[in-house]
Amino acid sequence: MKRFILKRVGYALISLVLLSVTIFLFVRVTGDPAVLLVEPGASQADIDAIRRQFGLDRPLWVQYGHFAMSLLRGDLGHSFYYRMPVLELYLSRLPNSLLLAAAAMAFSLVIGIPTGIIAAVRVNRWWDSAGKVFALLGLSLPSFWVGLLLILFFSVYLGWLPSSGSGSAAHVVMPAFALGWYFAAAHMRLTRSSMLDVLGSEYVKLARLKGLPEALVIGKHAFKNALIPVLTLAGINLVIMVNVAVVVETVFAWPGVGRLLAEGIAFRDFPVVQATVILGGFMIVIVNLLVDVLYAVIDPRIRLER
Amino acid sequence: MTSRSAALTVAWRLSSFRSEGFPLIPMSILGLLLFAAIFANVLAPHDPEVGSLGERFRPPFWQQGGSEKFILGSDHLGRDVLSRLIFGARVSIVVGFTAVLFAGVVGTGLGILSGYLGGWVDQVIMRVTDAWLAIPALTYAIFLAAVVGPSEMNIVIILGLVYWTRYARVIRGEVLSLKERDFVRLAIVAGCSKRTIMKRHILPNVLNSAIVLGTLMLGVVVVTEAALSFLGVGVPPPKPAWGLMLADGKKGLMAGYWWLTVLPGCCIMLMVLSANLLGDWLRVKLDPQLRQL
Repeated sequence: MKRFILKRVGYALISLVLLSVTIFLFVRVTGDPAVLLVEPGASQADIDAIRRQFGLDRPLWVQYGHFAMSLLRGDLGHSFYYRMPVLELYLSRLPNSLLLAAAAMAFSLVIGIPTGIIAAVRVNRWWDSAGKVFALLGLSLPSFWVGLLLILFFSVYLGWLPSSGSGSAAHVVMPAFALGWYFAAAHMRLTRSSMLDVLGSEYVKLARLKGLPEALVIGKHAFKNALIPVLTLAGINLVIMVNVAVVVETVFAWPGVGRLLAEGIAFRDFPVVQATVILGGFMIVIVNLLVDVLYAVIDPRIRLER
Repeated sequence: MTSRSAALTVAWRLSSFRSEGFPLIPMSILGLLLFAAIFANVLAPHDPEVGSLGERFRPPFWQQGGSEKFILGSDHLGRDVLSRLIFGARVSIVVGFTAVLFAGVVGTGLGILSGYLGGWVDQVIMRVTDAWLAIPALTYAIFLAAVVGPSEMNIVIILGLVYWTRYARVIRGEVLSLKERDFVRLAIVAGCSKRTIMKRHILPNVLNSAIVLGTLMLGVVVVTEAALSFLGVGVPPPKPAWGLMLADGKKGLMAGYWWLTVLPGCCIMLMVLSANLLGDWLRVKLDPQLRQL
């Protein structure tokens, strides 16, 4: 067990190093990082000053050492536009992102789990086909287009919901729907297949043999076990949502970290862009690690593999 | 033996039954888009990049105020929406296909090397793949695009760099089972070099999977390109890309200019949906497990 955890932590560290190396190299290979690090419209003297200050005239591996050390210290640079440390900025936006992701997650589970269960219980019938169409649409419609259509319908034509901004519960509805839409389809597919697995298992057969009513078999015996993989995926997806929300947040002007990234691009605020990507990658690597370890704790077969 | 042949019969039945449903609609939609992309110059009634401000925000012809001149209306710069949609198909198809091809060549190549050579090569490639998969694709693509600046060529390279891992994983798995098969062993006995075996014996056998994967990836790539263009780091304006049209359309959304939002989105949806349906069908048709009969 200890070995397994150590190995996984090692893989996670490799991921993080690779993430930082690619980001570091890409910025330097494709152009002069000093130009990205000074404010737009800065003079040549400013650029030279930045080059000296960040040691950009030194060998690459020395530069990478500096870059990695400042990352470890939590120093992600300063935003030109907001004139504050990027980390502070990021953390101030994170609660909004989490709120949106939580709402989108709630929506996707409320839609995905019941439809998935119905599709599994009524496999290959009308409900199942309807579920398949829903899953296909969910995976094929770009979330930002769904968002724009929602605005058109509910804000412009019906005038029921505010088209952008944040502050009230009504503001969360449409972004959460647009963001949760794709995940609802993914959760539905997983619920269906997981439920089918459980329904074919020995203990469900036994429950049926005992003569339990079908509602009790599904509701009490199958449901709980079928939910385990779905909830694990939901945990990972919550973090992924925070990171893919960038387009939806742009559509609805939702002040989360995704919007921060989009603003960073629009204002040519490079430290913000770099930091958002690094922190996003960091979060996903950590969550994947936690899930791997958690799985190994629950299921001994996994930690004996490899 | 009997149970195995029974299973094979079932598999065969299943495959022929499922493949009866040739995806006619998705194929015709993709064909139509391809046709539009190739003959955009001839088909488009107007220049997609030039408009006149005096004729901005014209609705489609069937609505009040619309005219035959702009069949599907005009945008905020007075450019013809239909012409932009037609040329947009060209952008999406060119970017989509080349990005998928690029990712496919890199991913399949590394997958074959990793699976066939094994050892430390396998370790290195797979660790890199795992690490790469852990990085959120969309934000990563946005970052790369923000650094190199917007252009179609850059988008292709970025999408290829972000998505090659999907191929590498799957192809490696297949190579691992292929290299235990008799024809590969015979090739080794016959004295073929590793290079020849990988090129002549392994590659043709993993191509099917690569094609299926590529078709499914086409949808992902088209949506990502649209998202990047929407955010302003994809195809640079005034080029007509569907994602860019959506970003422009947002400006007229609150005024109710629905055609600027609905129409480009429909195009993206049709292309992605068709690619997904075609990919699902190909998967059943070309699935190696069902094909080994």
